Amino acid sequence: MRYIKRDVIVETVERLCIEASYNIGDEMMKALQSSKVKEKSSVGKEVLTQIIENDLIAQHDSVPMCQDTGIVVVFIEIGNQVSIDFDLYDAINEGVKNGYENGYLRKSVVKHPFNRVNTNDNTPAIIHTKIVKGNQLKILVAPKGGGSENMSLVKMLTPAEGYDGVKKLVIDTITNAKGKPCPPIIVGVGVGGNLEKAALIAKEALMRPINDSSDDELAKKLEDELLEEINQSGIGPMGFGGTQTALAVKVNLYPCHIASLPVAINIQCHAARHKKAII
Amino acid sequence: MKITTPLTNKVIESLHAGDKVLITGTIYTARDAAHLRLVNLIKENKPLPFDIKNQIIYYVGPTPAKPGHVIGSCGPTTSYRMDPYTPILIKHGLKGMIGKGDRNDEVKKAIKEHKAVYFGAIGGAAALIAKSIKKVELIAYEDLGAEAIRKLEVIDFPAVVVNDIYGNDLMIDNIKKFKVEV
Repeated sequence: MRYIKRDVIVETVERLCIEASYNIGDEMMKALQSSKVKEKSSVGKEVLTQIIENDLIAQHDSVPMCQDTGIVVVFIEIGNQVSIDFDLYDAINEGVKNGYENGYLRKSVVKHPFNRVNTNDNTPAIIHTKIVKGNQLKILVAPKGGGSENMSLVKMLTPAEGYDGVKKLVIDTITNAKGKPCPPIIVGVGVGGNLEKAALIAKEALMRPINDSSDDELAKKLEDELLEEINQSGIGPMGFGGTQTALAVKVNLYPCHIASLPVAINIQCHAARHKKAII
Repeated sequence: MKITTPLTNKVIESLHAGDKVLITGTIYTARDAAHLRLVNLIKENKPLPFDIKNQIIYYVGPTPAKPGHVIGSCGPTTSYRMDPYTPILIKHGLKGMIGKGDRNDEVKKAIKEHKAVYFGAIGGAAALIAKSIKKVELIAYEDLGAEAIRKLEVIDFPAVVVNDIYGNDLMIDNIKKFKVEV
């Protein structure tokens, strides 16, 4: 067994929250630059130029690229040979609290969905844990803005609606959202599982590298067709009209019940922030 | 095009959907929670914490300012959440709104009827936009934190006209231009 100290978790989560908010990363920067080259609308090109400039300023000045520094989503993979003798969730939340205070990040979490009083430290995080083989602990921190999350949905389709039904649902969702989720967006689609599994795999889809494709033949076909059709919608950067509405579409699949075809669509804005660490 | 606040009808009449503008002058921040309070005050016939006549409201909740900075990152939030409150504010003299995303028909109607304008700023360009903000004063609802009402002095704040008084809508008209029928 390998023992991991609480302080290491707290400090790592703090660091990842700040790094994710300040630095978009090379992969996303390249995707935005390539999108700018492809954009056919002049206002769209101008928007992409300013987004790229903004992300460079954020990195250079060590300030958040977006004022919506999000609610923190944390994916943890715990090796079965890792030993921890503390409350992991509590340690993660302490890291979030420190990161949002020390990084001058916005506290965007309310304690009660109806009373809506701010928790003032951006906790609690939304934490997903998975137990895997090995003696390492992997932490992925993904601050998620409200604007793009608000345009996301889960719907239970019928098996008869099939591939085309899923495709139509995604296109309709993006078309209705127009400029609200800050395009160019990344679209995470979870197909299968049940209500909560579909949502989780859609979120996980957003964590995939921006340039990869699904290993599944039909999922890859769906990713390619959706990206092409979304970019034919005319919505463009910030919904000002153009050809670059989405940077990527990621489809994740999971087995499901004979009666069901659950679909979740999770939209990610162009400030796609995630940072990981292996302890 | 360079424009200054407060907005006059003459300026508003000169603006058309798609125009790129640089705004200089005073603008006020307010988002969901502050809008609810403003509209409740109007309904109760009570005075507002600032005179909205001919002013611009910017939908934003900035990050905390780092030492040496006047404000943190401050890009626009999504405007449709303010749609239920906007027509009543326009009716009471508000002339401009800055946000992101499209508006509903009631807002567009109020913009036409009362001569107002909706500007789109670039969502996520929060570090860039912060550079155009020179002075910040918290004027109401400090308890709302990032959602409090702040008075901002801006120079060359970058935005695009989305809805003008002539019924043009950049988010319909320009999207149509680039839509590929399949």
